Amino acid sequence: MNRKIITVFERVSDEIIANKKYLTELDSAIGDGDHGINMARGFAKVKEKLTEVSFENNSHLLKTIAMTLISSVGGASGPLYGTAFLNASKVIADEKVSFDNIIEIGETVIDGIKKRGKAELGEKTMLDTIIPTVESLKESRNNNKELDTALKECVRAAEKGMKSTIPLIATKGRASYLGERSKGHQDPGATSSYIIIKTIVDVIFEN
Amino acid sequence: MVGILIISHSREIAEGTKKLAVQMAQGPVPLEAVGGTEDGRLGTDANAIYNTLDKMNKKDGIIILTDLGSAVMNVELVFEWFSAEEQKQFKIANAPLVEGAIFGAVESSLGRTLEEVLSVIESEDLLVKKND
Repeated sequence: MNRKIITVFERVSDEIIANKKYLTELDSAIGDGDHGINMARGFAKVKEKLTEVSFENNSHLLKTIAMTLISSVGGASGPLYGTAFLNASKVIADEKVSFDNIIEIGETVIDGIKKRGKAELGEKTMLDTIIPTVESLKESRNNNKELDTALKECVRAAEKGMKSTIPLIATKGRASYLGERSKGHQDPGATSSYIIIKTIVDVIFEN
Repeated sequence: MVGILIISHSREIAEGTKKLAVQMAQGPVPLEAVGGTEDGRLGTDANAIYNTLDKMNKKDGIIILTDLGSAVMNVELVFEWFSAEEQKQFKIANAPLVEGAIFGAVESSLGRTLEEVLSVIESEDLLVKKND
């Protein structure tokens, strides 16, 4: 396996921890105010595992992240991101994570979150970031674009998707109890998904 | 006897609900409660749910009562760690946590089947507070 994937998730962990306050502020407006705390706790544990465990392959690494999030997050993001990483661990290639493999990972992540959260696009959830990201990658693939270009474009799609949650009324999760009050606020789950996607792509482009 | 598993984001709610249900059932109903995260925050802990379900007797089935949405997500995730045979013995109830636990414990103590207990606690009668 490529050691770079460890660096990718170390940085993802750092970024989530650095955004603990921001994510919690977003969640305080429309949810129970613990998204930042829960995610930071989960990814602090992930960071520990990344240094402790000697990984056999990419799949082992993603599965370890999944189980760590499941056992340490506490809120809905635990089973949701846990399922996403678990599904990804089942399809990720070990040597070369190709363009097609990235799309395959994206699709299985979406399937897992949809099934676990019983949610669809446009319900003010993390899917509003992740689905446009994967759609953008697929479109680039169909148009024979280079992977580098596709990755840059998918981050823009992720950002647009995240921002699309602002005017929506939440029908899933704790925010759904607030009804109209959820309008005008960016979804914290969509935001943490954007941070993860952006960081993965940023690290890929670093030497 | 049908088992009842109470799951709340709060350890206090889980334990308190269990106390109420035990008092009402007045018999040895297999009743367990799981609440909060490992480090004492509000939330649900998949490993704790798994360990509790694992040690409970599954022969007559287990009804799972939850509070908020993410508790259900964690329960459904944990189900996948059991065999298909075991999974058939688990039912998440569409019932209020406290009332469901109390009526469920009473019905279970009377030796009712899983389906019978479920039909009682999923009934709208459970939500009636005033008889006027």
